[in-house]
Amino acid sequence: MSLLYLVLALVLIFTLAAGLWRILRGPTPADRMLAAQLFGTTAVAVLLLLAEASGHPAVRDVALVFALLAAVTMVAFVRRSWSGEEEASHVDP
Amino acid sequence: MSILDVVSTGLLVLGGGFFLAGTVGLLRFPDVYTRLHALTKADNLGLGLIVAGLAVQAESWAAAGKLALIWLLVLVASAFACHLVARAALRRGIRPWT
Repeated sequence: MSLLYLVLALVLIFTLAAGLWRILRGPTPADRMLAAQLFGTTAVAVLLLLAEASGHPAVRDVALVFALLAAVTMVAFVRRSWSGEEEASHVDP
Repeated sequence: MSILDVVSTGLLVLGGGFFLAGTVGLLRFPDVYTRLHALTKADNLGLGLIVAGLAVQAESWAAAGKLALIWLLVLVASAFACHLVARAALRRGIRPWT
């Protein structure tokens, strides 16, 4: 099973590398942030697989922290750096 | 190879497939909203399947519970993130792709 975990972790890291293309291209800041969000989730999956493969259950706690931080990052991005100027005038539909 | 190993392998490979699909969607889809769709699918289902695959092999109930907690956190985070980004994009006047 350990080999499967390692191979799967490697595959996920390759998809992560492919996702870098979206960060390069853009076109809006939100697209780049979405790629970063996907990286966060993929990193959680990779860490969980590595925790099982390496026999260090403590790595799971690192994944837990990553999952927590992913939520905070996205909210901070939308609230702080991507709130448009039409925010005040626009009414919720 | 026991039956548990087979189930776990199936779930893990399926989860990896969803991550692959999510990345392809992020690269290929035309606008923010469709990319959000691909992203949240990879987040929710891909990680869910990987967590399920690891949880059937977990050494204790506490370990399986921690895995479930991680998945739940990511689930809530991606749901909030999807909603916030979609609303912010709509307010900035980004037209949905038709």
